[in-house]
Amino acid sequence: MAGLIVLGVTLALATVLGLILRGRAGRLRAQKGKGRAGMDVGEPLGERATLVQFSTAFCQPCRATRRVLGEVAAMVPGVRHIEIDAESRLDLVRAYGVLRTPTVFVLDKSGNIVKRASGQPRKADVIAALGHAVDSPSHQPDGA
Amino acid sequence: MQIDPRGPRFGAAVTTLVLALVLITGNPWLLAAQALMFLLGAAGQAPYVLFFKRFVRPRLGPPGELEDATPPRFAQGVGIVFAVLGLIGFAAGVTPLALGATAAALLAAFLNAAFGLCLGCELYLIIRRLQPGRIQ
Repeated sequence: MAGLIVLGVTLALATVLGLILRGRAGRLRAQKGKGRAGMDVGEPLGERATLVQFSTAFCQPCRATRRVLGEVAAMVPGVRHIEIDAESRLDLVRAYGVLRTPTVFVLDKSGNIVKRASGQPRKADVIAALGHAVDSPSHQPDGA
Repeated sequence: MQIDPRGPRFGAAVTTLVLALVLITGNPWLLAAQALMFLLGAAGQAPYVLFFKRFVRPRLGPPGELEDATPPRFAQGVGIVFAVLGLIGFAAGVTPLALGATAAALLAAFLNAAFGLCLGCELYLIIRRLQPGRIQ
C-alpha cells in the first residue's frame, strides 16, 4: 500500500518537475544586477557580442546547442561563439552560478552579461537576445 | 560514439515500468534485476536499448539527430547507486530507504522517458562543483 502511494506521489512530482524544467529550458533571461560585470573567459570576445556556452562531457543538449550558437555566430557579423568545458573552468562555474549544462551567456562587446539561459535555447531567441546585447549600452538597467 | 537518442528513451520507459512494479509489488528481486540492467547500461550494453535496436528501430524511420553515448551511460551509473541503496533498504528492512531510493530512480527514469530530460546527467556538474581544487 505504501508503495502505491509512493508511486503515485513520485509520478505526480515528476510530471510537475518535468513541465517546469521543460518550460524553463533554454529561456533567455536578463542577468540580475550583481554578477553582470565582465566575464573573463580567457579568450578574445566578439567585436559586437559573444555567446559563451558552458558544456560538459555528460550533457545531452550541448551538441545541438553548439550547432545553434555556431550557426548564429556565423550569420551575425561581429558575434563570436565560445564553448567552455565547465570542468576545466570550475572557477567561472562557481562565480556565475552555473548549475546545468548547457548554460549560455550572451555578452555585450565589453563582456558584460546581458542574458543567460540554461538548457538549449531556440535560435530565434538567441538572435533576439543578441539584438539586445548589440543595441544596448553596457550600463543599461535591467528588467525591461 | 553516436547513438539513436530514442534508444535510451525507450530504455527509460521500460525502466519506469519495472521500477513502478517494484513499488507496487515490493519485490526486491525485481529491483536487483533492474540494478543489473543499470550495470550493463553503464558498461554500454543496456539490454533494453539492445532490444530497441533489434526489434523496434527497424520499424521506425531514421532518427532526426544522433547523440553522444556518454551522457546516458553516465546516468545508468547514477541509477546503480539508487538501486543499490534501495536493495540495502529492502535487505535491512528499512522500508523508507527501500521505497525512497526506488522512487528517486523512478523519478529520473520517468523524466527521461516522458520529457527527454536526463536528471543523472545534470548531477554530473553539480557533483563536480562540490569537489574542491582543480581550478586553473
